[in-house]
Amino acid sequence: MSWWTLAILAGGAYAFKAVGLFAFDARPPSARLLAGLRLLPPALLGALIVVQTVAVGEALVIDARLAGVAAGGFAAWRKAPFIVVLVVAAAVTAALRAL
Amino acid sequence: MAADTPHPRSRPRYVRDGIVLGAAVGLFGVTFGVLATSAGLSVAQACVMSLLVFTGASQFAAVGILASGGSPASALASALLLASRNGIYGLALHRQLRGRLLRRLGAAHLIIDESTAMALGQDDAADAEGAFWVAGLSVFVFWNLGTLAGAMGGNALGDPEAWGLDAAFPAGFIVLAAPHVRSIDGRIAAIAGAIIALAAVPLLPAGAPIVVASAGAGVALLLRARRTRSDDPAGEEGP
Repeated sequence: MSWWTLAILAGGAYAFKAVGLFAFDARPPSARLLAGLRLLPPALLGALIVVQTVAVGEALVIDARLAGVAAGGFAAWRKAPFIVVLVVAAAVTAALRAL
Repeated sequence: MAADTPHPRSRPRYVRDGIVLGAAVGLFGVTFGVLATSAGLSVAQACVMSLLVFTGASQFAAVGILASGGSPASALASALLLASRNGIYGLALHRQLRGRLLRRLGAAHLIIDESTAMALGQDDAADAEGAFWVAGLSVFVFWNLGTLAGAMGGNALGDPEAWGLDAAFPAGFIVLAAPHVRSIDGRIAAIAGAIIALAAVPLLPAGAPIVVASAGAGVALLLRARRTRSDDPAGEEGP
């Protein structure tokens, strides 16, 4: 990876973050838009969870990850600490892959 | 949300949670450092990337594409598509992150999954900004230390997928999503976002499904409007 590619990536990544944060400085969002913004995190996190569980690039693939994430999800539901959830998910996935 | 939750003022819980969260993310930083150097980045490049790009999924995407023989342009495109969701996080955080310009410019750099989830997951809205900074700085420190360790240690850890670390990501996001799905609206948004993203995966380039899944928030709003109009029992879940 060239330093130029890295610089463009760093600049672009920061630009996205800043643009979102400063977008409403000029004009505050309407109440309706604000209500929608409050529901963005669950929508985004729900999407992240399924994409990282069953997507490989542009394909949907069911593999050991699904069982691992299900186990981690169960641990999360039982209020396990964050690290425990990570370890459970990784351990189940690794065990299935080692079979 | 429970605005009246009794709240010990001594040290907010988000301090410990944010530090633990950062330490956990640091493990992925090690993984990233390993992957980055095995994809051909120098140790310095891996560390600069973690310092300046500082958004894990984009970094993993970029080095993953390079490792599998993809072009720098496609690595850049995928990484920036993934980074675009931080713009949406910025929108969601615009009320929580206030203050002077310099402070907000600094805060912007720390806008990532974990800091956003911690900020928006506080029961007491007054804690949101503190939770954001603790989680953001904690992740920043551990992520960069982890990257350095992974890049220096080479493949001492072996193949991260053999350790199942790729599945630990989405499992961790389940924990982060938990505060958001306490409400029926949040649950609907999460389910709708997940369904939209699933449908979009085969149709759009990687990263884009997350962005279009923002529409899940709109779905939840529409269904809330219908619920309050028809006064349905709130049993219906999503589309």
